[in-house]
Amino acid sequence: MEQETVIPEDIDEKKLENLVQFLSFTLGDEEYGVDILSVQEIRSWEPVSRIPNVPSYEKGVVNLRGAIVPIIDLRERFNLGHSEYTSLTVVVVLQAILNGQSRTMGVVVDSVSDVIHVDKHTIQSAPDFGTKVSTEFINGLASVNQRMLMLLDVEKLLKLDGVDDIDTHDEEY
Amino acid sequence: MSIDMAQFHQVFFEESFEGLDIMESGLLNLDMGDVDSETINTIFRAAHSIKGGSGTFGFSSVANFTHVMETLLDEMRDGRRQVTQSAVDVLLGSVDCLREMMTAIQDESEVDEARVAEHKQALETELNGSETPVVKEDSTIAPEPSSSIPSNDEPTISGWKISFCPHTDLLKTGNDPVRMFRELAELGDLEVIVDFQGVPTLFELDPEECHLSWTLILKGDVARESIDDIFDWVEDECDLSVQSLSAAQSGIDEAATATTALETQAPIEAPKNSPSASTTEQSETPAPVKTPSKDKGASKAKPPAAKASGSIRVDTGKIDTLINMVGELVITQSMLSLVGEHFSLDKLDQLKNGLTQLERHTRELQESVMNIRMLPISFVFSRFPRLVHDLSNKLDKKIELKLVGEHTEVDKTVVELISDPLVHLVRNSLDHGIEMPADRLAAGKPETGTVTLEAYHRGGNIVIEVKDDGKGLNKDMLRQKAIEKGLIDEGTVLTDKQCYELIFMAGFSTAEAVTDVSGRGVGMDVVRRNIQSLGGNIEIISELGVGSTMAIHLPLTLAILDGQSIAVGDETYIVPLGSIIESINITDDMVNRVAGKGETFRLRDEYLPIVRMHDIFHVESAKAVNLIEGLIVVVEGQGVRCGLFVDDLLGQQQVVIKSLEANYRCVEGVSSATILGDGSVGLILDIPGLVRLSNQ
Amino acid sequence: MASILAVDDSASMRQMVSFTLKGAGYTVVEAVDGVDALTKAQSQKFDCVVTDVNMPNKDGITLIKDLRALPDYKFIPMLMLTTESGMDKKQQGKAAGATGWIVKPFNPDQLLKTIKKVLG
Repeated sequence: MEQETVIPEDIDEKKLENLVQFLSFTLGDEEYGVDILSVQEIRSWEPVSRIPNVPSYEKGVVNLRGAIVPIIDLRERFNLGHSEYTSLTVVVVLQAILNGQSRTMGVVVDSVSDVIHVDKHTIQSAPDFGTKVSTEFINGLASVNQRMLMLLDVEKLLKLDGVDDIDTHDEEY
Repeated sequence: MSIDMAQFHQVFFEESFEGLDIMESGLLNLDMGDVDSETINTIFRAAHSIKGGSGTFGFSSVANFTHVMETLLDEMRDGRRQVTQSAVDVLLGSVDCLREMMTAIQDESEVDEARVAEHKQALETELNGSETPVVKEDSTIAPEPSSSIPSNDEPTISGWKISFCPHTDLLKTGNDPVRMFRELAELGDLEVIVDFQGVPTLFELDPEECHLSWTLILKGDVARESIDDIFDWVEDECDLSVQSLSAAQSGIDEAATATTALETQAPIEAPKNSPSASTTEQSETPAPVKTPSKDKGASKAKPPAAKASGSIRVDTGKIDTLINMVGELVITQSMLSLVGEHFSLDKLDQLKNGLTQLERHTRELQESVMNIRMLPISFVFSRFPRLVHDLSNKLDKKIELKLVGEHTEVDKTVVELISDPLVHLVRNSLDHGIEMPADRLAAGKPETGTVTLEAYHRGGNIVIEVKDDGKGLNKDMLRQKAIEKGLIDEGTVLTDKQCYELIFMAGFSTAEAVTDVSGRGVGMDVVRRNIQSLGGNIEIISELGVGSTMAIHLPLTLAILDGQSIAVGDETYIVPLGSIIESINITDDMVNRVAGKGETFRLRDEYLPIVRMHDIFHVESAKAVNLIEGLIVVVEGQGVRCGLFVDDLLGQQQVVIKSLEANYRCVEGVSSATILGDGSVGLILDIPGLVRLSNQ
Repeated sequence: MASILAVDDSASMRQMVSFTLKGAGYTVVEAVDGVDALTKAQSQKFDCVVTDVNMPNKDGITLIKDLRALPDYKFIPMLMLTTESGMDKKQQGKAAGATGWIVKPFNPDQLLKTIKKVLG
């Protein structure tokens, strides 16, 4: 896992305060970024306990120091196909506040690349890709060394279908 | 010396709230016709303690308020005042008011002064209604301490002549003249003249008695109160006269030898002054009042610690058990490390023994720790007498509340969370269940309705029942209502049970008008949802004209569970041990297959659905596909029975329940998760959910 | 240093008394009511007793009376913690053998001053 901090050279002191740090990782040949503040830790893949009758991208749950944490396959979530898990497969553990409660989740990615500094003002809003990548999770785009980085909205990512959008308690009799 | 009084505040609040609860339940238990003096005494004592503590810890508003309550209670206790319903009601209101005051003080929020004044006024009105002069005097003296001090600024006095003639019993109260003289000497220049005249001959002398008397000349600018202060404790045990030196100058010699008639007047004067002596202490009370206000600033830095720490009162016996167990654990641990230090194969047996012990101790320790979280359900029940008292007044109904099984213990979390749903159910029973007295009489029932709150253990569950002998649920009306509201179709066929369950549907309310008793908005659907979120369920039994029972079934503890591990393929699931009835092998010919309804098998007189775990959970690695290859585990949960078809039974163990929903989601057929011995996550099965899944 | 038996059914008051006295170097044993206090007083001799008056299971005045009947406690100082309105309590207490009283509400300084007074 290579990790280096890339600070754009043409930046002056004044702009430092506008910098936001993102952790970048790859899924296939695409590069994504998540706000570094929402990253709790980076782990290697380990077997999960499967959960029955849930979407296939919800791989299961693991014991993370006593807490039960779900593991989501981001490739599958974004319809980017499936890849085999190896001991090199990486799980990024993300944390965010949802509905006033802290929620933790692990996402499976191909590999983690860098911590990247992005000037807030250079982030472009996400266009309608019209591609297979679902834009609903994308907050914006940043360009780093001629590469395009898709910045993910961690809160949206942590919301699960059928959990946070509708009230599952409404049972019928 | 500066002591941070704020450190005692938390304890003071806790015991005061307890005291208020005691007062409340005591007041509710008072039977107007036959007042139990011990009950009154208990109520009085609680008020007295709150007053004493609040004064000491600087909550003067609480102290002043409680003082009035105490005075009223004191008169009741002494039989000087009749215990009337109106007085009890005023006192109950005051208990509420006091509770609010203390909560506000604790939270450092604003105290509702107007409300306090209103209640205080009500108390005083009650107090003065049948006023006895003695009391009146008592209560007016207290707030104006300085009025009884005649003149503080007497002309400067050069000194005092004190004639002190102790009674023979003085020493028997632990008072020592030497101590008093020492204190006097601190005030000024003291000259002590002893008079031996009263001392009997050695033959007659009782060494435990005091036969000496003294004349003391105290020179210096000393306030009379300081001297009274020193003799305050012994004023009834001596003849004492205190004269200013200028006045007494002429007659020193007489005074030293004999007590004249004139001077016997003096001791009577002394006690008159003594209340002022004690009030001088009182006039110093601004000091303690100020201390806490200073503390307030200091404690502001750390109020979250005080507030967030939900404390729990634990029986010392439970703690002792815990300490014993830890002791044993330590012994086992040291034994094991000894074995491990020079390990050889012949020590294998020792090692095994040690591990067995370790396992036992760990389990016991776990049980004891869990036990600490267990509280009697009376913590919840105790609020109901008041609720029923108030509500039945409001509704003009006559209702008796019976509490059964208050000592049933249940997890602290359950205690905290079950309270609101229970309140709702009891309110419902009072409002909709119990009929008006006239209606009851007309129906041939006793005028007074009965609501019973009962708690008991059954299996791994606690059952809490709210039972009333009211009019019962009317199935036809429920059904009609549901149709009107569009909740069910006209043609829907419902069993009795399903009919009753209609009241749990959102938007269903049988109250003809929304009353402020049963409330608006929050319905039975919310009650049921809350109970379900605790892993429980609620069940209704009702008979028209006879009454209804709402039974809440809850797991005893929300933290731990006796589990049976089962294997399905290479996956492990946990079934709550309490829900397992038996495990059997069945053959194909025992099975009925009904088209579209799945499989059932006959167990004695019953046909139970077969829930194939590998099927509904899509376990590809399952070994047993044919029924003969695996096991049927007969389980029951919340009234639902079925046979779970699994590969095999594994071990039994206690598991710590972990929420699956905290970070993830609610999964049908799974109630929660746990961490297995190998560190992986195991799912705990939810029987009714499995049956629902299997029916889909 | 002298040993003191502090008796009060109110935990906060008991803690306050005990904390104050311990802070001044006294050895303090706490008792929650008269019965508890009597048991403790019989198993160990104290140099001074400080007791609340209004308590369940044996009030302070009865406690003082019972203690005075024990040879060990014939002359030791015993103080009542009482409220200002309790004049009759003071009298009853004296009759039972109390040395004196400390009027509630009191602050730690007042308590210490009084204790020092009786213990010298």
